[in-house]
Amino acid sequence: MTVATKSTTASQELEHPSAPLLRMERIPHVWCPSCGIGTVVKCYATALERSGVDLDKVSVVSGIGCSGRVAGYLKLDGFHTTHGRALPFATGLKLGRPELLVTVISGDGDLVGIGGNHFIHAARRNMDLLVILINNFIYGMTGGQNAPTTPQQARSSTMPFGNFETPFSLPHLAASSGASYVARWTCLHIRRLTWSIEEAIGKRGFRFIEVIAPCPTLYARLNKLGSGLDAMRFYHDTAEIRNGADTRELEISFQEKITCGKFVDEDRPTFLDLMHNHYGELLGDRYVPTPREGGMLHEQ
Amino acid sequence: MKADPAGVLTGSHYLDGDFACGEGAMAAGCRFVAGYPITPSTEVVERIARRFPTFGGTFIQMEDELASMAAVVGAAWTGTKTMTVTSGPGFSLMMENIGLAAMMETPCVVVNVQRGGPSTGLPTMVGQGDVMQARWGSHGDYEVIALCPQSPQEAFDLTIDAFNLAEIYRLPVMFLMDECVGHMTEKVVIPEADAIEIEPRRLTEKRPEDFEPYQINGGQTPEFARAGDGYRFHTTGLTHDERGYPVMNDECHDASVRRLVGKIRDNADSIVRFEEEGMDDAEVVVVSFGITARVARLAVEEARSRGIRVGFLRLVVIWPFPEKRIRELAGSVTAFVVPEINLGQIALEVERVAAGQAATWPVLHAGGTVHDPAAITETIVKAASS
Repeated sequence: MTVATKSTTASQELEHPSAPLLRMERIPHVWCPSCGIGTVVKCYATALERSGVDLDKVSVVSGIGCSGRVAGYLKLDGFHTTHGRALPFATGLKLGRPELLVTVISGDGDLVGIGGNHFIHAARRNMDLLVILINNFIYGMTGGQNAPTTPQQARSSTMPFGNFETPFSLPHLAASSGASYVARWTCLHIRRLTWSIEEAIGKRGFRFIEVIAPCPTLYARLNKLGSGLDAMRFYHDTAEIRNGADTRELEISFQEKITCGKFVDEDRPTFLDLMHNHYGELLGDRYVPTPREGGMLHEQ
Repeated sequence: MKADPAGVLTGSHYLDGDFACGEGAMAAGCRFVAGYPITPSTEVVERIARRFPTFGGTFIQMEDELASMAAVVGAAWTGTKTMTVTSGPGFSLMMENIGLAAMMETPCVVVNVQRGGPSTGLPTMVGQGDVMQARWGSHGDYEVIALCPQSPQEAFDLTIDAFNLAEIYRLPVMFLMDECVGHMTEKVVIPEADAIEIEPRRLTEKRPEDFEPYQINGGQTPEFARAGDGYRFHTTGLTHDERGYPVMNDECHDASVRRLVGKIRDNADSIVRFEEEGMDDAEVVVVSFGITARVARLAVEEARSRGIRVGFLRLVVIWPFPEKRIRELAGSVTAFVVPEINLGQIALEVERVAAGQAATWPVLHAGGTVHDPAAITETIVKAASS
């Protein structure tokens, strides 16, 4: 079997390997050529399939922006919510039906710009959510404005002379806020990212994975960084994997080394663990938690 | 279906409006509440936080009102009945996700115990200035249902109605209390659970492969599937088609927004609710709501004792507005007197609907206390003699 025969004679019938998890009727998607978001979607879909979780019990919640569109392409229960509010929306879903695996996939501007307050509080609570943050250093959907992640000196449409603000280092923010799992990868690290997502699916609490992704249309163009392929070369040449690195040392400077790896992996009680334990101790048999299958009332 | 007895505190109680509202929610089957502390509403969630752990409810204090409202919308998609509670400043923050709930057609209840505004205003003192905000506070065009209790007993009873209406019409229902009703303590009778009628969440019976989350089969409200049941549906705050997929064109938008608005406007007759007294011979009609209705009733009695033929109409459901009835009355009475604790919100609506057939006399108070009944009586006298 050769690729050539397949692509010339049967390309119409070829199915995307992740098709069962994608809303193929919505393809083509809205993302630009060489955008990193599709890579993350593929890695997530592969990780979900490998994990063996019941896909009927998986919900994906996104906010607004380019990455906010992820929920709309996955064939799962999907919620495209308001700007910055994916995490509190997801918190409601999880607490309303605790058996769900709730994943938040959204962008840097959404989750730590407008949604920054929710981010630190969801991490502080160790809320049982898998959070995949796609960081392209810029607001893409609205046209390349400065983000809380834009490296100093990088240009954006609202910092035309280069950014002078100090950006967040997201693994540090997540870890110091209380996340129980923290990792960072780039869109080049497909296998490691997929494995990391799969690992995080099997864990509990606030699991945070940052994915550095190219934005060829805005970030790369405004900063004369070349094509998406150039971004991949850059990741290849400069990304350094240091598992267990101190999260205080993970700042990203303009076009400099990006430290990747898994930095935090602790099994700590989640919000639900703490709540159940607390009320269980206090109330004993009188404590009636929200059923795992949800708080919906049924005919008696 | 009948109420789940676990949440119903049957008996005669001495409760304030906030506690009574909380009891109403629990009796109605509410099992998820997210909130953020704000005077004068916090007692509602304090009551719930104390009682929920014994019958399967979850309360979470969120980091702000943006998060509270978002969590309430999220939890509602699990089929759970959900509510949040706030006052003016928090209500402003909730508008973003109230719009999301309207667009996604998510049943939920938003309680606003009104205080004096704008801004931080009078945190501990009464206001009724959020009437228009309750209707149209979020951007874009949509319709809501808003209920307005005048007593702790009604705070209990109408909260149950609010949950039921949210289920029937799939939208966020506004529960517009005011500080006086919230903090007023009176007798509240909570019936047996089997005397409380509850509108259950009705799940679609279609198979997942036949289900579209926004398909309308007769009626104006789509069928509901909850997260985690295998329907793998999509929903969004963007303008969407029957599949819940974004569609960026004017045709789809027109059809969507018309349906969101139409499901309330077209059913206004069955949603509208008001009480009337002394209409038979009325020449002047006092229109009021909430705590102001109780003050206005004193003024109506006083005016009647002076021989003025005055009727009284109390709005129980404030939105949709009882246009039909006001229009009818406008043809037979000479004037409406509208006392409210704001500088003219319902008065505007009365004036609009009366359309010049009868005069509108607002009796306005910016907030901080209730009206002096004498000010209302005086206006009734003036309205009757002009």
